[in-house]
Amino acid sequence: MALEHQELVDQDYKYGFRDDDVKYAFKSRKGIDHDIVEQIAKIKDEPQWMRDQRHRALDIFLAKPLPPWANLELLNQIDFADIFYYMRASDVEGVTWDEVPEEIKRTFDRLGVPDAERKFLGGVTAQYDSEVVYHSIRKDLEAQGVIFTDMGTGLREHEATVKKYFGSVIPAADNKFAALNSAVWSGGSFVWVPAGVHVSVPVQAYFRINAESMGQFERTLIIAEPGSFVHYIEGCTAPKYSSNSLHSAVVELIAMEGAHIRYTTIQNWYKNIYNLVTKRAVAHKNAHVEWVDGNIGSKLTMKYPAVYLMGEGARGEVLSIAYANSGMHQDAGSKMVHAAPNTTSIITSKSVSKGGGQTTYRGLVKVYEGCDGVKSNVRCDALLMDAESRSYTYPTMEIDAKNVRIEHEATVSKVGEEQLFYVMSRGLTEVEATTMIVNGFFEPFVKELPMEYAVELNRLIALEMEGSVG
Amino acid sequence: MADKILELRDLHVSVGDTEIIRGVDLTIERGTVHALMGPNGSGKSTLSFALMGHPKYTVTKGDIIFEGRSILDMAPDARSLAGMFLCFQYPSAVPGVSVANFLRNCLMARRKGAAPLTPVEFKKLLDDGCARLKMDPTTLRRYVNDGFSGGEKKRLEMLQALVLQPTLSILDETDSGLDIDALRIIAEGIEAQRAPERSVLLITHYQRVLNYVIPDVVHVLVKGKIIKEGGPELAHELEAAGYDPLIKDLVEA
Repeated sequence: MALEHQELVDQDYKYGFRDDDVKYAFKSRKGIDHDIVEQIAKIKDEPQWMRDQRHRALDIFLAKPLPPWANLELLNQIDFADIFYYMRASDVEGVTWDEVPEEIKRTFDRLGVPDAERKFLGGVTAQYDSEVVYHSIRKDLEAQGVIFTDMGTGLREHEATVKKYFGSVIPAADNKFAALNSAVWSGGSFVWVPAGVHVSVPVQAYFRINAESMGQFERTLIIAEPGSFVHYIEGCTAPKYSSNSLHSAVVELIAMEGAHIRYTTIQNWYKNIYNLVTKRAVAHKNAHVEWVDGNIGSKLTMKYPAVYLMGEGARGEVLSIAYANSGMHQDAGSKMVHAAPNTTSIITSKSVSKGGGQTTYRGLVKVYEGCDGVKSNVRCDALLMDAESRSYTYPTMEIDAKNVRIEHEATVSKVGEEQLFYVMSRGLTEVEATTMIVNGFFEPFVKELPMEYAVELNRLIALEMEGSVG
Repeated sequence: MADKILELRDLHVSVGDTEIIRGVDLTIERGTVHALMGPNGSGKSTLSFALMGHPKYTVTKGDIIFEGRSILDMAPDARSLAGMFLCFQYPSAVPGVSVANFLRNCLMARRKGAAPLTPVEFKKLLDDGCARLKMDPTTLRRYVNDGFSGGEKKRLEMLQALVLQPTLSILDETDSGLDIDALRIIAEGIEAQRAPERSVLLITHYQRVLNYVIPDVVHVLVKGKIIKEGGPELAHELEAAGYDPLIKDLVEA
């Protein structure tokens, strides 16, 4: 619990700085069409099948309407013609930080990335606008055959694997933003863990948008071979700009028999970013996939991490938190698709709305016919900080099997006067007491984070609560 | 002259438009234990909330003098830091915040600018408190009052009082709903707070806790007014005859 409020009180969004002196090696013109798509594929010197795939995806994107159930008031504000779809800041991808251009390295220093890398990470990729500018993997992991690189390199060096799995979990036609990503993707991570290898330390990708009116479309593919384990962490921040930027990622996870993937996100975009992300995993027999998903920032987030439980005994978990302040809408949730017997899913969603912010839980639990012995537990808790804030819950259940156990529980509560009085009567100020109550509400999420991230998240909440009183 | 820790001067307290406390004068001297007794609905809990500064309880007239100054314009946290502590009858849960973490924050609030307790000092403080109240030390890892039984909640209130060392503890019906063993432990906790520099205001409906904690002064509150004051023997009279004779006197007077 952070209580250094004097230290925090003068700060606002501390990641809101920007580099004005970056010289971009390449910058596409604004807007999206087949020429831009061709240009990106050409720069990246991609095989013909990927180029074709990009162009097909663009046609899908152009043809597909925005999802009618979404917050169209916000979505309609996106001007797709006013976005840069590809900007590369550096021609080299460093394998040491010394190879990264100085002004970009400075940014990642301020974000604490090299420091975290030294202390507790097994590998890092750092993406700056469209491309990864740095990547590293610990020698011992490399020696075990673990591949952790940027997606472009993954495509060049492991084309057969990428061709087999890319788009196999999330096809371009899945939704408008998955189609857009499939057309203009760049950056992101490619991870492959050999059978039986347990990656004991997390690997991390850090996504930074620096330019104004930028679109970041990273593409991540993680394949965990039978009996392996990997924990992948991603963090995201952006500078303060008045105009909007778009972040639209696609993340595909494949957990083979008995494999275990944990995917942790700390999303702290500035309030001008549309964060429209498709994340989906396939879990084979006895595999285990966990999405630990923290959404603290952005203007509008639409993200529903999914697990398709394809093999008997597979297990899917989503543990998510969402925090929406003034002008923000966190539309998040989860999909669990039970396509095999004796599969298990747990969804725990916790949201806090403040200052007129909106949170939505949107979830699906689907059980196919013949999938006996399925267990699913869904729990959504919403905390409202004031009368102006809003929380919505849209749980959908499609159960076509017998002998299943499905549980759903949803609560909405307010930070109560009695609770606040109780904590304040022990000597904590209103801000400190509110911070404590909100951090406690998020505790089930925070305790799943590596310690360094837990501390940072508690600090962020303290900072956010500063503005809530007086 | 004796040192007054708390002085209520013609105190009137309302909740909404309803006046509950209707002119209370009461003085507590340092190092003494006072019992405030009264039947249900007499305004006992209202008085305790008003003392601690609950925003719903409005002082409409009179004053509360704590440690020599009026505290009417002080928020609950300021009153706490000034040395006041309220043992709640129905304490709130704080899910996700462990007892240890909660107490650490409460202590830090008292040591702003000063060196924090070392982890070893902090652990010893909590372990000693648990031992004294015969609490299971695993309670320290549980979330504050979350899923606690009535007795567990009361013990946690006592633990907080032991750790935070207030100069004035106000115990709002801390003895209600407890079995005899628990009552004895709580009474020992109250007795443990008896010190030359500390005072206790024990608010209770029943006399039985006063078998374990002998008060220096007993006040009887009925319908928002103190109608009788005396020594420990007053509690025994009430136990024998109930509140009715006193109320009858009041009506006839």
